[in-house]
Amino acid sequence: MSEQMNHPQSDQDQADRRNFLKASAAAAGLTVAPGVLLYGIAHSRPEDQAVSDKVRWGMLIDTTKCAADCNACVTACNTENALEGRTGPQDSQWIRKVSIKNLQTGAEHHLPMPCQHCEHPPCVDVCPTGASFKRADGIVLVDRHICIGCRYCMMACPYKARSFVHEPLTEQNPEVPRGKGCVESCTFCVQRVDRDETPACVEACTADGHMAMLFGDLNDPESEIAKALKGQRTTEIRADLRLNTGVRYQGI
Amino acid sequence: MAKQEVCVTPEECKSSQFWMLLGLGGLVVLAGLYAFFTLEHHGHVLTGMNNQVVWGLPHVFAVFLIVAASGVLNVASIGSVFGKQIYKARAPLSGLLAIAMMVGGLAILVLDLGRPERLIVAMTHYNFKSIFAWNMIFYNGFFAIVGLYLITLLYRKWKPMSKPMGFLAFFWRLALTTATGSIFGFLTARSGYNSALMAPMFIINSFAYGLAVFMVVQSSMYRWNNLRLDEGIRRRMKNLLAVFVGASLYFTLVFHITNLYWAKQWDFERFILVDGGIYTLIFWVGQVVLGGIIPVILLFMPRSQEGQRICFCFAAPLLVILGGLAFMYVTIVGGQVFPMDMFPGYAVSSTFQDGVIASYNPSIWELMLGLGGIGIAFVATVVAVRVLKFMPQDDFTTMYMRRSTD
Repeated sequence: MSEQMNHPQSDQDQADRRNFLKASAAAAGLTVAPGVLLYGIAHSRPEDQAVSDKVRWGMLIDTTKCAADCNACVTACNTENALEGRTGPQDSQWIRKVSIKNLQTGAEHHLPMPCQHCEHPPCVDVCPTGASFKRADGIVLVDRHICIGCRYCMMACPYKARSFVHEPLTEQNPEVPRGKGCVESCTFCVQRVDRDETPACVEACTADGHMAMLFGDLNDPESEIAKALKGQRTTEIRADLRLNTGVRYQGI
Repeated sequence: MAKQEVCVTPEECKSSQFWMLLGLGGLVVLAGLYAFFTLEHHGHVLTGMNNQVVWGLPHVFAVFLIVAASGVLNVASIGSVFGKQIYKARAPLSGLLAIAMMVGGLAILVLDLGRPERLIVAMTHYNFKSIFAWNMIFYNGFFAIVGLYLITLLYRKWKPMSKPMGFLAFFWRLALTTATGSIFGFLTARSGYNSALMAPMFIINSFAYGLAVFMVVQSSMYRWNNLRLDEGIRRRMKNLLAVFVGASLYFTLVFHITNLYWAKQWDFERFILVDGGIYTLIFWVGQVVLGGIIPVILLFMPRSQEGQRICFCFAAPLLVILGGLAFMYVTIVGGQVFPMDMFPGYAVSSTFQDGVIASYNPSIWELMLGLGGIGIAFVATVVAVRVLKFMPQDDFTTMYMRRSTD
């Protein structure tokens, strides 16, 4: 300040500097703004902000990378959501490993099967109270407060993705409320997604080095999953029903 | 036939018989309530239902009662809508049975819910895209409309209103059964359902089951009062039942032929018709032979040597009811145990019973709950018949005035 007092600059110099600063700020703004915008769309949002339909979460499963004897995704799901991990007919299974064998060629594939998070979910259509619902970002959930346990959604789901809680529960994950007498299914680990993390199954598959599961925003053309879907031939299970599933498969 | 044996006023009723029936029905209801509280406490883990077969024996009883409830109202409709005199005389009993069976059926459905205490949620949150939600509206409306209809039939001052109310009740019950059938018809993912024939098939079946229930109740009431039902009335009702059962068999035939026309349905049809074990057995023996063919033969049995027509007016409808329960079991449970074809052309296996016929062994709790619903309908009927005039009135005109010819 004292220097400025000692060496006053001309008006012309000051005007040039102001213009330069303005131009720099504008350029910086133009450069950063789209990034900030995209970051806002693609990443975690403040808790007080509603979920946006600009995002559609999806999953791509490469069956050629899914190992027959690996159960990492199922174990991770059970741990994250505090499921018992039993496989009796009355036990909840939010994701299961399915083995398929082509009857003609004998070719075998193994794949994890979670809720397919349909764009037009039959479970949501049939639910009498509206407890089954689809979030704006495409995640299909059950509102545990208004589920009456009629199980009509389980009748309607073409993927058998849902389970009914047949007995009282203990030791739950506070982030994943469950309850006897209600229907439940894979939530894409919504509590993790809202924290900008990937679902537990995807994380476990990647950590095991299989890299068979890819999770991301289907609406973001720059996302890894969108690029992979654009470049690969993928399969939608029960495509004849035209439900536009959020989970796609590769290699079958 | 002694006049004093006719239960026209409460005083004339045989008290001991009434209390015995009430006690019997009450015990069944109590057993059902005990099953409900047990399941409510321990969860559905005590039932045979699981994540593959989510609707089991309670639903077989519940859907049968609901379908038969709407069907039994047909007796009143034939009187009010189509003006047939002998059916007019039976309209009050028909309306009573309709309400009683609807209460019984819905009680089972509600008590089987995972969260029955949230019934109020089901009554206040409606997803209008759901046919199940529409059913709730139809069920509630059914009580209101049939209740008012009953009042117009029983209350002399409101008698002129009975015809328009009869029309309304008739159309409402058709809509209700359409919606009930559509609960299954709209399930596009499963081979056993997903058919536009479900709704009309449920309607025609409801005609048969409803009339069968009516005939069984009517026969019992007449027998307990030592009355003999007019021959003409018996003939008309049994012929009508035979027509309904025949139509029901026809729909069964068309349903399966339609499925057989589609290659993708062959596996399911083979399961139900040929190698489905207990389900194939229940279909052929229970639904088709015992519940369809034999009742039709019995109902058209030729005259005996004495020239008197033998009327199996109790046995034949009882078999039709049995066949109705068999239809519900094959449709509801059989449709679920058959695996969904998610990967056509592949053999499928998993820890979640993918690709295999699911197992379902109903537990005693489910049976108690289902029978409890029938018990509720029975008790409601016994009490109502005791305190109000539900006995068909044409008997008295038959006895004292003339033989009914319509």
